[in-house]
Formats: sequence, C-alpha cells, structure tokens
Amino acid sequence: MLIFELSRPGRKNPSQAPAPQPEASGIPAHLRRADKPLLPEVSEMDAVRHYTRLSQKNFSIDTHFYPLGSCTMKYNPRGAHQMAMLPQFLARHPLAPETTGQGVLACLYELQEMLKDVTGMAGVSLTPMAGAQGEFAGVAMIRAYHVARGDTARTEMLVPDAAHGTNPASAVMCGYTIKEIPTDHDGNVDLAALRAAVGPQTAGLMLTNPSTLGVFEQNIQEMQKIVHEAGGLLYYDGANLNAILGRVKPGDMGFDVIHVNLHKTFSTPHGGGGPGSGPVGVSERLLPFLPVPIIAHEDGRYRLVTEQGLPQSIGHLSAFMGNTGILLRAYAYARMLGGEGMRRVADFATLNANYLMAELKKAGFDIAFPQRRASHEFIVTLKGLKEQTGINAMDVAKRLLDKGFHAPTTYFPMLVPECLLIEPTETESKQTLDAFVAALKEVLEEAHANPELVKGAPHTMPVRRLDDVKAARELDLVWKAPAA
Amino acid sequence: MPFIPHTEEDIQSMLEAIGTASIENLFDEIPPALRAGKLGQMPEALNEMAIGRLMQERAEQDGRYLNFIGAGAYEHHVPAAVWQIAGRGEFYSAYTPYQAEASQGTLQLLYEFQTMMASLTGMDVSNASLYDGASALAEAVLMAVRAHKTSRRILVPACVHPIWRQVAEALVKNQGIELVTVPYCTGGGDTVAESLKHFEGGDFAALVIQQPNFFGVLEEVDELTNWAHSQNMLVIGAVNPVALGLLKAPGQWGGKGADIAVGEGQPLGAPLSSGGPYFGFLCCKQALARQIPGRVVGRTVDLDGKPGFCLTLQAREQHIRRAKATSNICTNQGLMATTAAIHLSLLGQSGLERVASACHANASLLVEQACLIAGVERIFSEPFFHEAVLTFDMPVADVLRAMEAQGILGGLDLTPYYPELGNALLVCATETKTAEDIRKFTENLERILSRHNSGPACTRLKPTATSKW
Repeated sequence: MLIFELSRPGRKNPSQAPAPQPEASGIPAHLRRADKPLLPEVSEMDAVRHYTRLSQKNFSIDTHFYPLGSCTMKYNPRGAHQMAMLPQFLARHPLAPETTGQGVLACLYELQEMLKDVTGMAGVSLTPMAGAQGEFAGVAMIRAYHVARGDTARTEMLVPDAAHGTNPASAVMCGYTIKEIPTDHDGNVDLAALRAAVGPQTAGLMLTNPSTLGVFEQNIQEMQKIVHEAGGLLYYDGANLNAILGRVKPGDMGFDVIHVNLHKTFSTPHGGGGPGSGPVGVSERLLPFLPVPIIAHEDGRYRLVTEQGLPQSIGHLSAFMGNTGILLRAYAYARMLGGEGMRRVADFATLNANYLMAELKKAGFDIAFPQRRASHEFIVTLKGLKEQTGINAMDVAKRLLDKGFHAPTTYFPMLVPECLLIEPTETESKQTLDAFVAALKEVLEEAHANPELVKGAPHTMPVRRLDDVKAARELDLVWKAPAA
Repeated sequence: MPFIPHTEEDIQSMLEAIGTASIENLFDEIPPALRAGKLGQMPEALNEMAIGRLMQERAEQDGRYLNFIGAGAYEHHVPAAVWQIAGRGEFYSAYTPYQAEASQGTLQLLYEFQTMMASLTGMDVSNASLYDGASALAEAVLMAVRAHKTSRRILVPACVHPIWRQVAEALVKNQGIELVTVPYCTGGGDTVAESLKHFEGGDFAALVIQQPNFFGVLEEVDELTNWAHSQNMLVIGAVNPVALGLLKAPGQWGGKGADIAVGEGQPLGAPLSSGGPYFGFLCCKQALARQIPGRVVGRTVDLDGKPGFCLTLQAREQHIRRAKATSNICTNQGLMATTAAIHLSLLGQSGLERVASACHANASLLVEQACLIAGVERIFSEPFFHEAVLTFDMPVADVLRAMEAQGILGGLDLTPYYPELGNALLVCATETKTAEDIRKFTENLERILSRHNSGPACTRLKPTATSKW
C-alpha cells in the first residue's frame, strides 16, 4: 500500500502546521499555483505507522550482517548520531557568523587534522559530499595544477580496469579522456601496460588501493615512479582505506591527492544511499587548489578560509560546508577510537577477511586470488558452480537473503566472472562469520541438490525476484491517481 | 577495543584457521618501507561519556540565536516523527538498495518521494536526490547541454543564488561549459525582458530561472519561460519546495512549462546544521527522463506478478556506463529524501500551503514593520515570498554585530556578494517566527540605527521598477 492510497481528502494534521493565514495578498494571482500538489492527506499516526512498516522491509546493519565488498558496512555507533543531533548543532545556520560556531568549527578543524595524519597529506578539505565528489575534487585539482603550470597538453587520465565506475566518470566530468590499464594475473596493475601508457599526455593515474580485487598493489612504489617521471600526478581512491588505516599512509607512498569515504572508514551511516562524505587530502603542491571552505585555526579562533584566502582554489562544491552533520559523526567516531583504535580497525578488518577467506576455501569455494593475502575484502568466483549446476552469483546472493544475510557485492569487479566481493569489516564477531560460512555452505549444497530452490530465491522477502527489465522498459517512476 | 568484538580466544582460533602466527603477518605483502609508524596527531581514545561531554560543551558554546538568515537555508518546524522514524536503524544504517528484495522499505519510500517531488514541481519524473541545491543546479546545466546538443552556454541571472552560481561554475567549467550572467533589474530585483533582449539570437542551451530568486523576489516566470523557449533554449527552474505550496509549479510556467526543475530540499525536514546534510532534487519532463543524473526508483512486478520496487535506468549510471555515465554521482542523500517524504506526508497538501502562507505573512509583517523605521527601506519593488532586501545608512556588518550581541542573527550582509547595492541586508522570516520575534528584530534595528545616526532620517528616493540595470 502506498501512502497515497491511505490518503483521504480533508484529513489534516493541524498540530504540524501553522494556523491558517488570510489570503497571501502580496503574491500576484498569476504567480500562484492553481492546482493542488499530490501530497498525502493522512493522520500523523497513519504516516508514522506507514513509514515504520516500510522500515521493517529493509535489511540494515542494525538488523543484519552486510558483507558488501568495497562498501565497508560496519557498525554506525549510536553515540555519534546522538552527538551530531545536539540541538545547538542542528539549529546553527550555515551563514551565521563564525563567532557563533566556534564549537562546531573546533570539531571540524580537529577532524581535518586527524585526516591529515591518517592520510599522510599536507592539507585536507572536508567539503566534498560523497566519494564521487571527492574524486571530482581530486581530479579537478590535478587539472588546475597542470593548467597553472601552463602544461595544457595533459588530456588523459589513466584508470585501472578494476576501478570503481565513479573513477572514469569523475575524470570525464573534469574534461579528461580515459585510458584503461589492465590487471595482471596476481591482481596487480599491469606494470608493462602502465609504462606503455604514460607520456606527455598523461594528467595522472587514479588508483584504488587495496584494489577492488581485495589485494594490496605490490608494485605501488614502482607505479608512483612511472607516473611521476612522466609528469603525471597520483590520485589515491580511499574507498578501501579501512584496510590500511593507521598502517600505511598514502602520502608516504608519494600520492598527491586522496579522498576518504567517511561513510565507509569513519563509520557514518549509509542512510539507504547517503548522505556520505568524501574529504580530500593533498600533498604540498596541490595545497593552493583545495576546494573551499577549509577551516583555519589562528590566535585561538577558528575561521573558514574561502576563495579570498585561497585564490587558486577549484572553488565551492556545495552551497555551504559539505555534509557537516556527517563530519560531526565521523569526528565523534574518530575520538572514540583514538590513534590505537584506528590501527586496530585495519588489523581486525584484515583478520576477519582472511579468516573468512580461509574458511570458505575449506568449504569448497573458489577464491579468485588464492595466492594472495586478502586485504579487508576478497573475491569468491562461482564460475565452476555455474558450469556444474547453472546456479550463478546472483542466485547465490538472493538465496543468502533467505538465510538472513545481506548479499556480498555481485558482478563487481567485472573482470572476475560470477564473483562475490566479500568484506566483513572489523565490527563483526567470529560467531557471525561462522554463521555466514554455514549459510553459504547450505546454499552450495542446495545448488547441487535442489537448484530450482536457489534459482527461485528469495522466498522469504516481502517480494520475490523483481523484473528489472520491465522496470527499465515500461518506466513507472511516479504514482498516478487512478481516474475517478 | 572500541567497536571490535573479538576475544583473545577468537583471535587465536582465527589465526590458526588462517595458518599464521600473528595479525602482523597478514600485512606481509605490503612493502616494509611503506609501513607507517604511529599516528602522531591522533589523540587518546575517549569513551562515549567523555566525547559526549566534550561535544555537549561545544554545542552549548555555540548557543541558540533568534535567526533571520535565509539565503538558501531556511529554518522550519520539523515534526518530531520525521527524525524519530528516519533515525530507525532500518533506514539509517541500510545501504543503497541494490538488493531490491531486501530493500523494499527504502525503495517504496523513494518512489513515494519521487511522486511527491514530481507533483510539487509539476514535472513528470524525479530522481531519488542529489547532494544539495547548488550541485543539483550544476547537474541540470549538464543535462541541458546534453539535451540541447549544439550549445554549451547557459544563461544565469545574477539574482540566482551567488554561491550556487559559483558551485555550478566549479562543477561544469572543465567540460567547456560557459555560464553567462544576465544582469538583474536594480529597481525590481528581478530578471526583466529588457536585459534578456541583449542575448536574443545568441546560441544558448538554457536559461536558469530561480523562483523566488536570491533576493526573495518573485520572477515573472511565464514571460521568462516563453522568451527562452522562443529562443530554442531549455528552461531550468530553481525552486524552493516550501514556496511551491503557494507558487506556480515550474511545469506550469509559460506556455510549455520549464523543462527541468531543481532545488534545495533542506526546507523539507532537514535541520540547518551549519550547512548539511541537505539534499538536492531534480525533476524533469518525460522527454528528458533518460538524461537524468543519479538514482531513480521504478515500480515493477516480481516473479509472482506482485508489485515491487527497484532501482532502474541503471544503464545511465557510472557503475554500468563508467566514462559514458550521465553523472559521476553514486552515493546521494538517501536519508534526507527519507526525511522529506515523511515530512511532506505529515504536512500534506494543506499543511504545506499553510507553512508557505505563514512564511509569506511573517516576512511581509517584518518588512512592513522594518520600513516604518526612519531610514530603512526595501530596495526592490517586485513582490517577494519570505525574504527581502533592506537598506539603511549604516554598514550592515556593524548592525549585525550589534544584533548578535542581543542574541539575534539579523540576516545576511549582501555587501560581499552585491557591493553595488550599498548597505543591503537580506532578511528572512519563516513560519517559525512569532509577532513577538519580529518586534524584537525591528526594535533592535531601530535602536541600533538611531544610536548610529542621530541626524534626520534619510530621504533618498526609492529606486523604481523602471530604473536601469
């Protein structure tokens, strides 16, 4: 039932609206709305019940294990939520004077400094509102750097084929063409191909490390040399920072710019698709180009630095100060971890991934790169299973839902056939991981014994498998009231 | 160990299962030279009580003010139920709904959200949110350029939010797209036909119309839309969703309606929160549906023919199309779209209209009362919604500082953005302000101005609607 179908003409919530006003005489008739927008007319209880019931149709971290590779679905501390929702923080207008925001700015400034430390970078801007906007900011800074040097021949961005789709899409938004670099048999970027690809047209390389194949780039120092010697800059996609937090600093590896997904590594919620937050860190040479505002601390006062203070900045990426409420959550989380806690994140995310990989190998699953250590995630390929039984990665994913586990990432990265990309995160216990292994083993048995059961999954969700071809062909994107 | 559940026994048995002696060994593929020492800047861990106390102190340090600043972020009542439901773990801690069968709650809610936004804006289609209003404008510009095919230039009036214009510029300039500024009428504070004439016959992909504009002024949207369409341009309407409780929807502007409607969703349930998280919305006509950026939810059926919801039109998106995607956006502002859907359900048609009317009535009262003060005038003559520009003979920064000392945030100083306006203050009153609040504003303004200027009241002429821009 849709909220619109619960609607009854004339039903109102007077306690949620101001008293009726006399006619708005200051607004000319021809600028006024003649029709009534299609908004539900329901009681407060109707709305509360409807949306509470909808919430119960969701999987979430608070209710289920979510081993979604490259998404870092770890526990979102409730304390961080409560602290970001303090009434004074919520009430503060973004254009209010800095004198009225020293408390919030102190938190943001300290977060900026902590991110500098964990990334090993010279400067950080907190404004990008998601990972993809962080990528845009990073690539735009690389471009601004080359342009400022009069080096306008650099028109090409190098992107490994295992990269997230946002990497090439972000580089295109910055006006670059994309050159894909293949992956070698061990899951590393193919060095020979990289050497052959660089030249005076190379603006830079966007690298995700550990890669989306779940392995650390073993030749990263060599790659750094190749790209820098060709005059390109190095972009570090921090999507998988959870794997190396406190253990390796991208700045130490010679990278020029990094974005961090706070909604992954710093445990802020995913909210069913955002808001995220994608701060960027840069090396010395990119400092003048950081997106504004950034936060400065001088003479005991915090203030926002805008384009007046940073005239070569790539500019504003949001109307105000990015997703401030998310930044406050990340700050609270970082303070609860402290330095030691940060390092433990990488330790236990890695322990959990390697344990799960070892147990699944024992259970008969094929690991995509069995010769490698897992970072914080790893890939199972179901190519063999599909050949034997006709059951594919999607079927296994859907059957896992019936067993009370969110599916791993499926069919990404695209270069491994029938893949499940599995990331357990550090916040899950051994007992949960064992239960997940048991569930996957059951699905494997079912695939052989009763493939139709698996093909038809899920069976216990609010709906069975959905027809997404129909959804795209016969677009139904908004509800229309049936004709009376 | 904060948020790590492992016991010593767990760790040992896990290491045994892996076949290694220590966690340290798991990092042996990382070149030794790259392994970092200790984190130097990171403070010691605090428990929840201690960090809770620290943040409470900082929040209290920031205090609460009686706020009359708008300028793109507006103080509205948010019903208690909005955040109590949005804060439920099932919404708050869920991922993007790729696994549709396990995400029907979020998906159905987003479908309802899309329906509400499309109807509010008078459009056929809505996406499931973008980052904020400013970046939504940039996405609309990109969309218009894709749809128009020949031109990469966009007309943007100077009375469109100045920071939005900066954001749009930062986000599109690298693709060779040019934003061309249209001057505003200094009398009316709006975009007028005279100033557009200059651009006739030029090759432009779209005209942006903000309603109400940054000055709070209402634009003649029908006339502007028809002019743009006559020039073979698309029309991008940038609208305030609360104002749409009263004002004509972009889909109804002029003869054919605007082509794309975008805006800042913050007035629908998002607290001011120093700037975010808010959300951007983007709605469009059916013909442009496949050009839309970001997530879109569609209704379909399952294997048994039962209705259900899933992400659709994914072939436009970066995870499929990569370099050829309509946008690089991935994570958007899902939870804020959630709050907006709940917020709009609690208000309903009549509630939203009442909020809009109360905003307009309060802002009108404030302007009327303020203009009774000697030397205070409203700069622009055209009608306004819930914001207006006032002028007086005293530097605005000084007035605002004096007001702040009384616990009042008196508005936004326009001097840095529009120096040509002289001492100009952009002031807003929403439904949250009482007559008493407004009296407090005007009394303080009067006191501050009279102390500054003991001489006779200013007798400057009011600028008229016909004055030259």
